[in-house]
Amino acid sequence: MGNQVLLVEDEPNIIEAVGFILARDGWAVATHANGETAMDEIRRVCPDVLVLDVMLPGRSGFEVLKDLRADADLHALPVLMLTARGQDKDRDLAEKLGATRFMTKPFSNADLLDAVRKIATS
Amino acid sequence: MVSFNLLALVSFAYVAVLFGVAFWADKQARKGKSSWLRSPLIYTLSLSIYCTAWTFYGAVGYAARSGLEYLTIYLGPTLVLVGWWWILRKLVHVGRAQRVTSIADLISSRYGKSNLLGVIVTLMAVIGTTPYIALQLQSVTLSFSVFAADQQAGWARPDLNITAFWIAAGLALFTILFGTRSLDVNERHSGVVTAIAIEAVVKLVALLAVGIFVVWGIAGGPAEIAEAIETSQMATWKMDGARWVSITFLSAAAFLTLPRMFQVLVVENANERQLATASWAFPLYLLLMSLFVLPIAVMGLKTMPEGANPDLFVLTLPLSQNREGLAMLSFLGGFSSATSMVIVAAIALSTMVSNHIVMPLWLWARRANPGASQSGDLRRFVLISRRLAIGGILLLGYAYYRFSGGGAALAAIGLISFTGVAQVLPALLGGLFWRGATRTGAAAGLISGFVLWAYTLYLPSFGADGIISSKMLADGPWGWGWLRPQALFGLGGIDPVVHALFWSMIANTTAFFAFSLGSFPTPLERLQSAQFVHALPQNTPSRSSLIGSGGAEDLLVLSQRIMGPVQAQTLFENHAKRQGKDGYLPDPTPDFIERLERELAGLVGAATAHAMIGPVVGGVAVSVDDLMAVADEAQQVLEYSTRLEAQSEELSRTARQLSSANDKLTQLSVQKDAFLSQISHELRTPMTSIRAFSEILAEREQALTPDERHKYATIIQDETIRLTRLLDDLLDLSVLENGQVSLDFQPVYLHDVIDRAEVACMSFLGAQKLVIHREKGNEAISLYTDTGRLAQVFINLVSNAAKYNRAAAPRLDIRISLREGRVLVDLIDNGDVIPVEKRALIFEKFSRLSDQAAAGSAGLGLAICREIMGKLGGRVDYLPGQGGAAFRVTLPLSDPKIRDNS
Repeated sequence: MGNQVLLVEDEPNIIEAVGFILARDGWAVATHANGETAMDEIRRVCPDVLVLDVMLPGRSGFEVLKDLRADADLHALPVLMLTARGQDKDRDLAEKLGATRFMTKPFSNADLLDAVRKIATS
Repeated sequence: MVSFNLLALVSFAYVAVLFGVAFWADKQARKGKSSWLRSPLIYTLSLSIYCTAWTFYGAVGYAARSGLEYLTIYLGPTLVLVGWWWILRKLVHVGRAQRVTSIADLISSRYGKSNLLGVIVTLMAVIGTTPYIALQLQSVTLSFSVFAADQQAGWARPDLNITAFWIAAGLALFTILFGTRSLDVNERHSGVVTAIAIEAVVKLVALLAVGIFVVWGIAGGPAEIAEAIETSQMATWKMDGARWVSITFLSAAAFLTLPRMFQVLVVENANERQLATASWAFPLYLLLMSLFVLPIAVMGLKTMPEGANPDLFVLTLPLSQNREGLAMLSFLGGFSSATSMVIVAAIALSTMVSNHIVMPLWLWARRANPGASQSGDLRRFVLISRRLAIGGILLLGYAYYRFSGGGAALAAIGLISFTGVAQVLPALLGGLFWRGATRTGAAAGLISGFVLWAYTLYLPSFGADGIISSKMLADGPWGWGWLRPQALFGLGGIDPVVHALFWSMIANTTAFFAFSLGSFPTPLERLQSAQFVHALPQNTPSRSSLIGSGGAEDLLVLSQRIMGPVQAQTLFENHAKRQGKDGYLPDPTPDFIERLERELAGLVGAATAHAMIGPVVGGVAVSVDDLMAVADEAQQVLEYSTRLEAQSEELSRTARQLSSANDKLTQLSVQKDAFLSQISHELRTPMTSIRAFSEILAEREQALTPDERHKYATIIQDETIRLTRLLDDLLDLSVLENGQVSLDFQPVYLHDVIDRAEVACMSFLGAQKLVIHREKGNEAISLYTDTGRLAQVFINLVSNAAKYNRAAAPRLDIRISLREGRVLVDLIDNGDVIPVEKRALIFEKFSRLSDQAAAGSAGLGLAICREIMGKLGGRVDYLPGQGGAAFRVTLPLSDPKIRDNS
């Protein structure tokens, strides 16, 4: 099991915070801020875990997830979805589309680490 | 002693006064204080351009040569005016309703907006009018030379050609200055018309003064004049019936069809009341003008030396009695007659040339590249083409004067010119009264009449061996005697004018009827003929179905370039309101397109307007509805269907309103749903960073470097500020929406508010390279408003322009205008246009066009702006058709009453 995480998120300060927490925990963190080009970046980086925000410029996280699950090589990639909207229908949609885990912002650092570790080994 | 310098000085002073009057009247009209400018009196006086120098000087000469025949020239117009109810009323009504700009435009518009007919009539008018302009130049130069001949000493005899040239140049300047100052939707020229009314008074007073002097000054009273007539050659003069009828008919026809008469009679007409007054007042004017013609002629023949030119008796009689003041007045009268004719003729012809020749050529040149025609201000182009046309027409007149040598050939040109323009009469009357008249018929009639006129009268007028050889005149072309120009089919021995009128009118009318009956009108012709022939009782049905795919915005862009932004926006806004819509873009219903096309026709002519609008609305200019409406069989059910149409119009308007309200409700419901989700997102995003970094700082403080600690603390601080700002905006909006806001109204100047906004934006936009262009000269407008709130609106709009403008060199224009007691502040940038479907949404909460949380905006700015403007008694709208994102802030002007009450 590798330790490569790709964080797709467009808020610079959240990138900074999540990147810091994961790096401290021993993960190799790559980041990307655009929904449109996210699929290319995922193929390039080949992460072990994907942390994916829902509200992204260009394309939403849900659409990226849908493509991901339809992709022969990437359909098994563990995905942690983050959203700031925190509505039930978002959670349902994420589950339907096959997100491994779903978290609502804001979260505690410990919960985030815990979630990433769990989906990486599942 | 009247020196040349004095004479020139008096002329100049007179022209200066006319300049002043024209300038003043233009200014009054611009201010809207023009009610008296539209009085029937001014209208009647302006009709007096019918009396040119040819009538002022020439009538006396005419009487001296042919006795009472000169009266026919006055008889024709009198008959037309007295019978105004039958022909003139309809002509003027149709002309005004169809926004006709010239006689060529009327003919073109009636026959299916055919530009071919426009070109034919324009060319005929130019050919027929040029000699007439030359005649006026000749009369002015001749009257100069009379003074020169009288005062041998002290007069370096001026070169007549140079005099004529400078007169032509001066007239061109005056015409350009007052005839093409602006492109007016009504195509009226208050300044010129007022100046002409003054000239009308001057020439009447001058002729009356000379007449009174002759009757009571030279002769001993009316009795002596009567005796003189008895003994003169005039007593033996015999009336030529054919000539009487012909010339009366000619002058009546010319009164309707001369381009300059059409200009004052129809184009400059403001209401039908003017016509009713003119119907008796203008014949009275003509009566006064002709009152003393015979006495002056008789006394001239009796007292002046043998061989004196009777055309100049009006001048030479007072001079021979050493009445220099009177002679000077008489000179000014003749000068007035000549100049007013030339000015109006040049305006009318330049409009025709520009609308029917230059604009179509321009459209044709641009046909391959329609994109290029989307930019630039067309009004300038039209005005420049008209100015050049005026210069060209006067140059032609001068050239003709030089070419013809200013000789006797010119004296006969009046009737020749009348006969030429009278060729338009069958097409004109047929167009007004006969549904069956077609474009083919009109073209055939015009061309055959014109060709015969040129062959039998115009070309021979250049004299034997002028253009037609004397051999051909005598024996006909190739020796065919029956084709002799002045004796067609052997009809010789009659007066050339009568001969030409007879043949040309017969050929014209026959061809017009024959080709009309033998051809089938196009749908557009049928539609136009219905509007012209059935003009008086308004029975064109209103239609409501949508046609074409023409974008209202493209139409707005087009109209702005021709009418100017203010007129175009007002027209669009009003029509949108009538359809029950907000904003500046009405639905492109046939009704609206017809109205718009007519407005544009008032500026560039019907054919050109039609050609310009056609591509925008998708070429479907005549719908099935239109065809139904014009079908003769449908006349019976028309009234009933009109009522139904009105009801269905009402219903469809209500449906439009309902559907638009429904759309908005659906969108609002979706938005309300999204609102909570949005609020959640906007609050949770900064909180995520705050929570994460505060945990990091709390748990691992010892492991962090001081730099890291500082950086993370700063992030927490920034995000807290962002949260606070969001809450501030939300609270602000809520206060504004609930009406709990307290406003601090105070007097302030608009430029101070904009200054304040600019300074605020520059301070927080920092290195942004947005360049703001302002019209500081227009910003000195006093307002009574809440300065802080208004500045907030401008700050929002300017910072939006800075944030979202992705042009390489971002630029924002702030333009100020005043309209109907409101101040309009337009903020127009050169960035991307906001898509039509988004325009209604951008003023709603949390609506950001891009998904990016650009510069931390929550999408509340425009919603706040709209609320604030509502509270300040104004509004803020998206302004379409400006080539970039554009917003219009509308404010009430400072109202002293409000100030006193608070």
